[in-house]
Amino acid sequence: MEPNTRSTGRLPAAFLTPGSSSFMDFLADHSPELLPGRRTLPPVQGVIEAPHGTTIVAASFPGGVVLAGDRRATMGNMIAQRDIEKVFPSDEYSAVGIAGTAGLAVEMVKLFQLELEHFEKVEGAQLSLEGKANRLSTMIRSNLGMAMQGLAVVPLFAGWDLERERGRIFSYDVTGGRSEEHGFAATGSGSLFARGSMKKLYREDLTEQQAVTLVVQALYDAADDDSATGGPDVARRIYPIVAVITEDGYRRLTEAESSEIARSILERRLEQPDGPRAELL
Amino acid sequence: MSTPFYVSPQQAMADRAEYARKGIARGRSLVVLQYADGIVFVGENPSRALHKFSEIYDRIGFAAAGKYNEYENLRIGGVRYADLRGYTYDRDDVTARGLANVYAQTLGTIFSSAGEKPYEVELVVAEVGTSPEGDQIYRLPHDGSIVDEHGSVAVGGNAEQIGNFLDQRHRDGMSLAEALKLAVQALSRDTNGSEREIPAERLEVAVLDRTRPQSRKFKRIVGRQLARLLESQEPATTPTDAESDEAETSED
Repeated sequence: MEPNTRSTGRLPAAFLTPGSSSFMDFLADHSPELLPGRRTLPPVQGVIEAPHGTTIVAASFPGGVVLAGDRRATMGNMIAQRDIEKVFPSDEYSAVGIAGTAGLAVEMVKLFQLELEHFEKVEGAQLSLEGKANRLSTMIRSNLGMAMQGLAVVPLFAGWDLERERGRIFSYDVTGGRSEEHGFAATGSGSLFARGSMKKLYREDLTEQQAVTLVVQALYDAADDDSATGGPDVARRIYPIVAVITEDGYRRLTEAESSEIARSILERRLEQPDGPRAELL
Repeated sequence: MSTPFYVSPQQAMADRAEYARKGIARGRSLVVLQYADGIVFVGENPSRALHKFSEIYDRIGFAAAGKYNEYENLRIGGVRYADLRGYTYDRDDVTARGLANVYAQTLGTIFSSAGEKPYEVELVVAEVGTSPEGDQIYRLPHDGSIVDEHGSVAVGGNAEQIGNFLDQRHRDGMSLAEALKLAVQALSRDTNGSEREIPAERLEVAVLDRTRPQSRKFKRIVGRQLARLLESQEPATTPTDAESDEAETSED
């Protein structure tokens, strides 16, 4: 479907009709076939084989929030991709990390980014962080049909709330249910282990640097116990993707920064394979 | 039943053009200038909320003079066009040239169809390139023609006079402060040649800045940053005057 009508090249009437500020609403009216949620799948026996992304972790600290993801995509017992990216900026003050069917998740992120950007351009103002989180909820819900057939997408959303002036984390389930997480959160196959790791290490007064170290530790622990999560790959120079969102906006750690943290954690794990010890009491 | 009067096509077009031009002339003029790091949009706008300039896509900005509700409608149409195109193909496939063509068709078909009221707007679509040579500025008058501009352009009621003023003084590679001050100087000249002061809070300024690290290059300049740029000591006219003098002597 091309944006132009072929006859005259002028903007189609739908483009000039006053409507909502949502790009998804516009798509639903104008070219519904482009909306992922409108697709109907034929009945399939068993599970559809497609690459899956795995573990995403997030933690907040007094000046903001960090979101990080490992780099492995798996298809059954195979590693489908070693350097997949699962953490994306959704706009200047928020980011989304995805676990689940990779192809659908990346498409959902693309549409979500566009939804926020479109609203901002049309209205001349950003959505509230709560509004962004709700929008993502709606998108996951529209994917429910496919989720029931094994093609689920479960994101983790984090951002800087400009009104409340703090970082916030939202987690989702396959039905689009949304809940705000306090302190730290994880999603995906390795999330059980990552959450356990963070539970022991998390404190409320972490610095940005400490929060970044915390999430990379958690990813290491997830990779340690979950075969679908990839640890830092020193030989191929593939390190986790870490995003920090503060008052100044979204910033993705450079490869040099994330490799340094991953290497120093690896170094310590050579002496102490289970990582830092928490106090017994 | 009364017989309709015969009106020649030339006369009908002239009437429509006259009508549109009058509508546009009621609004204030605005200018778009190239500077070293991008493209700057400057206009007098007492409203904080109703903008004359806005972002269409990553590297594409939009400016309009004339009737607010009409250009706002075209602006949103452009945002929808750009977002849908970028979503269907790729972000790089959204270009100012494509957008300008679509606008030109839209303005043109309405202008020449007898049943509809012509748009009382004049638009500028600008795209910032990775280098100044890649910058594109298109001016779209009410009748749907496209003018490919370079350096500086003015639209609105007093556009011709302001445009001449800018043509004489604008040069390539100006700093943002220089370009901004030249633009304000141009805008503050009245039709009868006298100058008036435009206070900073009545100015709307935005840039497409190619040095921005984000892929979205559009940025509004407000408050302290605007005041600082207007107050900076870099001279806006002296070097240009010297240069135009040189140009004149070399022509002789």
